[in-house]
Amino acid sequence: MSTVKICAWLTLLFPLAGTLVNAFGFRVWRGKAAGWIGTAALAGSFVSAVLAFLALQDLGAEQRQVRAIAWDYAVTVGVDAQLALLVDPLALFMALVVSGVSMLIHLYSVGYMASDQGYVRFFAYLNFFVFSMLLLVLAANFLLLIVGWAFVGAASYMLISFWYRRTTATGAGIKAFVINVLGDVGLVFGTYFIFRGTGTLDFLGTFAQVEEVFAVNDGELVAGCLLLLVGAFAKSAQIPLHTWLPDAMEGPTPVSALIHAATMVTAGVYLIARMWPLFERAPAAADVGAILGCLTLIVAATTALAQTDLKRVIAYSTMSQIGYMTMAVSSGAYVAGLFHLMTHAFFKALLFMAAGSVIGAMAGMQSLDRMGGFRRVMPFTFGCFVVGGLALSGVPPFSGFFSKDEILTYVADRGGFHVVLAIIGYLGSFITAVYTFRMIFRAFLGTPVREADELERGHLAHGEHRNPLTGEEEDTGVGFPGADHHIAEREGTMRIAMGALAVLAVLGGLLQVPGITHAVESFLEPTFAESRYFEELAPSDGLTYIGLAIGAVLGLAGIALAREVWLRRPGTAERVRTRARPAYVLFANKWFFDEIIDGLVVRPARLAGTFAQQVFERLVVNGLLVGGTSGLVRASSAAVRGAQTGLLRYYAGLLLVGMVAVSGYFLLMA
Amino acid sequence: MAISWYLVVSAFVFCLGAAGVLTRRNPLVVLLCLELMLNAANLALIAFSRMHGNGEGQIFAIVVMVVAACEVTVGLGIIVAMYRRRLPIDVDELRALQG
Repeated sequence: MSTVKICAWLTLLFPLAGTLVNAFGFRVWRGKAAGWIGTAALAGSFVSAVLAFLALQDLGAEQRQVRAIAWDYAVTVGVDAQLALLVDPLALFMALVVSGVSMLIHLYSVGYMASDQGYVRFFAYLNFFVFSMLLLVLAANFLLLIVGWAFVGAASYMLISFWYRRTTATGAGIKAFVINVLGDVGLVFGTYFIFRGTGTLDFLGTFAQVEEVFAVNDGELVAGCLLLLVGAFAKSAQIPLHTWLPDAMEGPTPVSALIHAATMVTAGVYLIARMWPLFERAPAAADVGAILGCLTLIVAATTALAQTDLKRVIAYSTMSQIGYMTMAVSSGAYVAGLFHLMTHAFFKALLFMAAGSVIGAMAGMQSLDRMGGFRRVMPFTFGCFVVGGLALSGVPPFSGFFSKDEILTYVADRGGFHVVLAIIGYLGSFITAVYTFRMIFRAFLGTPVREADELERGHLAHGEHRNPLTGEEEDTGVGFPGADHHIAEREGTMRIAMGALAVLAVLGGLLQVPGITHAVESFLEPTFAESRYFEELAPSDGLTYIGLAIGAVLGLAGIALAREVWLRRPGTAERVRTRARPAYVLFANKWFFDEIIDGLVVRPARLAGTFAQQVFERLVVNGLLVGGTSGLVRASSAAVRGAQTGLLRYYAGLLLVGMVAVSGYFLLMA
Repeated sequence: MAISWYLVVSAFVFCLGAAGVLTRRNPLVVLLCLELMLNAANLALIAFSRMHGNGEGQIFAIVVMVVAACEVTVGLGIIVAMYRRRLPIDVDELRALQG
């Protein structure tokens, strides 16, 4: 096997080994050993990915699609199920982002989770999650993709419900799992539609045949692509399958950073980018993806304006940013979407880590209403949060500025209704800046709260052990959050991870500055070289610079507005809220999506269940089938029971009569 | 002498036994009447054996006697056991098998 293949397999095997070592040694590892094992496994994985990257760059541009086949499960007529990895620029790009950011998040967790009773379990889950995600991005065929896809959903369930004795956490985990399974079903059926046409499960084989097998906008292909979109939307929390993501904030903060910012939720974007030959052959499905992505972007951004839970605001901002990416990859701006995926992984993981540090200082409390004035006592966390916030808001020269504006200019360049999408995208970027700095101003500036004052005197808030959502009392045993909290100012590992991400969040954008560098584009070129839009979509210099200028102005204007509303004139927010009451109610209730889904799906399902239990089960099954059979047997036995008198002479008489009858019959016949 | 006389006697004894089995309630008498029926059959077997002039019927009669002896042994054993457990010695009273 070539170096590329070996390194690709190692990338995948390191986290698997970490999972097994942590899971089976959970009685052995004391202190922070499990954390370091998990981090080391991810470091190995990242190094392997880098080596694979270097080896792949040595190959010629046409050969940069390497299939590493371990063995065949079943290769018979019509089915080719192989355990195979596809190592091409796109897969490696994802593998590098996933393993690199995950490594830093593991490092952060070493300190952040130190007081938790489930420390070893946490790292076993975390490693398993990274393994599943790498399997998903490296898979060379639909079969392995589905396996990785389902593993990721399961890992996400385990990590969201990590504090498994908290009822709100288990509820959120179940919600995430159910919606993800819906996505899995979509993916499987979508695969079926495509497999039926092409007769192969292999990605490259499928892509090679798409043009001959399917006509443009062929009904079956559009259906298959729409079903793939169901899978992608469930994983990436796009409307209308997004309601699990905000609830998933019940999990520990590193989980939010890892799953719900950097990696898992980007799986949908990866899927659409990976399937570009299919989506370009089915433009109708791609348009649906672009429109729903744009809708998600604006709905999530407006919802984030009215939320008061720190992590939920960031979660909605994640949804919104992934809306940008979905819109980009569905519109043919693959490189821009993936570039934003990378920069978003950097700055969103950083934001979550900084939020985790603040939540640690608040002793687990996540409500923005209770926070304030942390700037002086937590300078490092504040710095990181501001860097992440500036990158998210798209302020030059931070990374989010270049990636977001690249998306918007490319989408606008598509023309047609995509121009409207781009305009909505710019509106969204303005709102992004407003809600981002709303968080910063409310949590870090203003009058210091009690916890901030105590921290200044050197005492880290301890807090009572209550569920922050319901106020329910909890202890600190297994299945509940740990006794002590940790902040970046006191934990070296947290500081290193946040520092590294802060540097990446600042500099990440320089990989692709319009007119100067195009590292991401030239790296990804072999994957997308044959795409129609790869060459076609080339915004003119004028459009690019106008886009950059608008983006920068909107970002700065949003920050200025937030400063005006929450810093300079503190009462403004109240006034706006009363004046625009309907809008506020809509945003604060998350556009009523939970209620709509409850009314459309949950309640009818529950009604059907009640009907099945009370009418069908009770009357038909219990009454008719079971009761009817036993009743029949009972009635017929009652009919013949009368013959059994127990009287000996009666039996003898019957015997005699019978014998006489038989002999009489034979006598007469003879 | 024609064989029919033997058969008439055999049938008469058989009917006597059968009537006894059906009418009497004492198990001892029922057993005796059963013996009558069996021996009626034996008589018929031996008569046919003489008529055909070979010994097969006689061998069969001896087998029947062995079976009858076994049957009486078991029957008497049951009756003694009933007596010891002070159960009523009356076939009409023993109706535990009633459905």
